Amino acid sequence: MTHVSVTVNGAMREADVEPRTLLVYFLRETLGLTGTNAGCDTSSCGSCTVLLDGESVKSCTMLAAQADGRELTTIEGMAEGDQLHPLQESFRRNHGLQCGYCTPGMIMAAASYLKENPSPSEGDVRLALEGNLCRCTGYQNIVKSILDAAGSMAGAEA
Amino acid sequence: MIPAAFDYERVDTVDAAIAALRADEGAKLLAGGHSLLPQMKLRFVMPTKLIDIGRLHDLSYVHEDGGGVAIGALTRYHDLEASETLRQLAPIVASVAGQVGDPQVRHMGTIGGSVAHADPAGDMPSVLLALGATFVATGPGGMREIAAADMFPGLFQSALAGDEVLTEIRVPKTPGGWSYQKFTRRAQDWAVVGVAAVRMNGSANVSLTNMGLTPMRAAGVEEALAGGADPATAAERADEGTAPPSDSFGSDEYRRALAKVLVRRALEEALA
Repeated sequence: MTHVSVTVNGAMREADVEPRTLLVYFLRETLGLTGTNAGCDTSSCGSCTVLLDGESVKSCTMLAAQADGRELTTIEGMAEGDQLHPLQESFRRNHGLQCGYCTPGMIMAAASYLKENPSPSEGDVRLALEGNLCRCTGYQNIVKSILDAAGSMAGAEA
Repeated sequence: MIPAAFDYERVDTVDAAIAALRADEGAKLLAGGHSLLPQMKLRFVMPTKLIDIGRLHDLSYVHEDGGGVAIGALTRYHDLEASETLRQLAPIVASVAGQVGDPQVRHMGTIGGSVAHADPAGDMPSVLLALGATFVATGPGGMREIAAADMFPGLFQSALAGDEVLTEIRVPKTPGGWSYQKFTRRAQDWAVVGVAAVRMNGSANVSLTNMGLTPMRAAGVEEALAGGADPATAAERADEGTAPPSDSFGSDEYRRALAKVLVRRALEEALA
């Protein structure tokens, strides 16, 4: 067993796990944070995307042990109480999801990207989502949601 | 998919990594894990132990070094892509780093991990081969340099010994005249075929991605160029000495034809 101690959504969490425990299952099964989905399990689809020290990573292709001592943010950590994160709000407002399976990963990937580039073009957003697959929406409203969120986040800071 | 069980140890120094490798023949180094973990999940590889070198932050750097650029083996793709030094002095490395995988993969994957994994379909080994990079390996007896031509002896094989750690990669300054042609069916896919061309000494070095068991130089093309052939004529020799795979993305014959087209495009761009 290996000891894993991480800050998840601001709270310290720790557990002893087998070294082979993947981060996505550590989050879902050990910590009970089932908002992060395991999709393709081959680092292709991006539904398992979480933030590691603020940067997007695929939690199906990482050991929980690799996150030891570091800071994680999952979809559960995005809203503040009843106040949705601007990305969550804009996905709701713009119908940025249908079945919803890819949505947590889309939002986490977008959150990471908007920190790097707060005012992206539509093309930038499409490229930034190359690691996230959606089989319902055709991406149109996802891209729209992220552009809308970028606008409202910039407005909130101004 | 869950990897087979293994022991795990995180090390803080290169020496500790070497000692751990020597203590367990079945052990493997874990850097970003974005080549190794997918293979372990499929149980293509089942190391007895993973030695996590991911926190050796001293091995994450890019700096000008005499006539070239020195790159720490643990530098992530994301940091290569963003490196001003690389963008100015070896722009093909920065550009291709930004074409590997997707943003999440580039936040974890490292240049050294990619080299040690030696995937013939990987972009970075092929680019480093075209650049004639020098690889620095650190082992129990100290450091040694490995030439690009010797680094990739076989399928998923590097020239690193079992108790060596790849610590640095040195590339020559190549600010002008380069191209990487990566042909994919979808964003994020591996190259069906890739071609790296770098202008050097009035001619061009050309290497091929996914055209055989290892990344390889396009010797016939380079010979034709040295003999004064124009890009289109030289490109006709792109598949000489190759043994491309046939798979769902393309047959051997298709890849040979594609390589010729991509070499021509790469040369036209690099030599323009």
